[in-house]
Amino acid sequence: MLASVFIVMGSLILIVGVIVFNGAPSLSLQILTQTSEGGFYLGAGGGFLNAIVGSLLLALPATGLAFIIGIAIALYLQKDFLNPSIANFIRICLDILWGVPSVVYGVFCLTIMIAIGMTGGSVLFGIIALTLLEIPIITRSIDESIKMVPAGLKETAYSLGSTKVETAMKVVRRQAMPGIIAGVLLGFGRGIGDAASILLTVGDSNYFPTSLSDQTAALPTMILNLVSMPDQVVQNKAYAVAFVLLMIVLLISIITRYLTKKSSKHIIK
Amino acid sequence: MENPKTIQIETKALNVAIHNNQVLKNIDIQIPAKQLTAIIGPSGCGKTTLLKSFNRLLEIQDGIKIEGEIVVDGINIMSSGLNVPDIRKKMGLISQKPYPLPMSIFENVAYGLRIHHDKNQKELAEAVQNCLQEVGLWSEVKDRLHDPASRLSVGQQQRLCLARAIAVQPEVILCDEPTSALDPIAAQQIEKLLLKLKKDFTVILVTHTLRQAKRVADHVIFLYFGKVVEQGTAAEFFNNPKNPETKAYLAGEIS
Repeated sequence: MLASVFIVMGSLILIVGVIVFNGAPSLSLQILTQTSEGGFYLGAGGGFLNAIVGSLLLALPATGLAFIIGIAIALYLQKDFLNPSIANFIRICLDILWGVPSVVYGVFCLTIMIAIGMTGGSVLFGIIALTLLEIPIITRSIDESIKMVPAGLKETAYSLGSTKVETAMKVVRRQAMPGIIAGVLLGFGRGIGDAASILLTVGDSNYFPTSLSDQTAALPTMILNLVSMPDQVVQNKAYAVAFVLLMIVLLISIITRYLTKKSSKHIIK
Repeated sequence: MENPKTIQIETKALNVAIHNNQVLKNIDIQIPAKQLTAIIGPSGCGKTTLLKSFNRLLEIQDGIKIEGEIVVDGINIMSSGLNVPDIRKKMGLISQKPYPLPMSIFENVAYGLRIHHDKNQKELAEAVQNCLQEVGLWSEVKDRLHDPASRLSVGQQQRLCLARAIAVQPEVILCDEPTSALDPIAAQQIEKLLLKLKKDFTVILVTHTLRQAKRVADHVIFLYFGKVVEQGTAAEFFNNPKNPETKAYLAGEIS
């Protein structure tokens, strides 16, 4: 017991420690608030605000889209709407999609981009790749939390004359809310940290994207690019980027905790 | 019978199978309106199944097969093409374990009103207050209407469920052993309420305690292994049972 706690906590502290230790010297107000100058990967100045903005512009819309699609699928998968044997088949499909490596989603989107004659990357296809990546995660998490809603609670809603949709949207949704929020966080965490799916689809840029067809920088791909450079100073910037990525995920976790607690207020145990 | 009573619910050759297991066999019963009918019998004899067939709540489970007719107000509710929520709206359900909805006390009672009636905020507040007063909960909760309903005690939750059910203005109140999870005092409150409510509603009470049926019932239906053994007025049923199985059950020989 103690050993397992030690291993988990130890690795976490080690990872955070290495990132902070290596990244802290490179971190400065300037690197956080400026966009990259030309030749950033070769040691030129500027910061990576463009990658922070790029990552958020990719992951936030993708999570939003995946949530809208995911909650609709998850509600429909319940036996009130769909034959359980068909629903279970769809669940297996989603679980397989969950296990698909993210680079496959990247290649898939790249294939479409080539087919329609697009050259270079675009924000749009980055969002699509991340949405596809997040849908199975968010759907299955929401699905599991909806399945936990007691049958008696649904019976109660039905006995008051609610339709299936009213029961799902007004009663089941409220009861499953903490699980829904957790599922969205899980999807967002996967989306913002994933490099492989956007590596092939968004390209790179030193500027803020201004339209869906623009190329953009993103935090995970920037880490990859920086680390692969031979210069130690440039490599250390990768740790600074990783640190920022870590902070974004931490911030989202804290917000989620707060929202989960707030939405648990009315939950029936 | 001297004065024929109006019949609220009548079943004709009702058969219910769950996963090919015949739970109810040829049920022919009549439930008089504005009275308290107790459905009694040993556990596992199909009491709850019978109760849930009245508002078509059975069919949300898997593997259910229902045959026969259930006539409510002259309409066979098993016929196709009916709007099921409308059928259910006529029948409030009080379950064994109270299930408040995951919202505030006020919203629990207002839920049914919001989905069925178009009421403004003031009418809604009045209706909620009336229903809570009807079940004797108003004085206990009037200062914390917007607290989560889950914070009430189990006995209060059960009364809240009753208030929520009558808010929809049903004709029938179906009670599935509503006092079995409660302490004696809370149970007594519920019993008293049911006696009060039978003036305005048809109350059907599933119970496995004979004493409770004796205390409150006007009409009794005795189920045994999925069959109706005996049905009649409470006075006749308890004082002059006709069937040998009823006699044995009343004497405590079968359970």
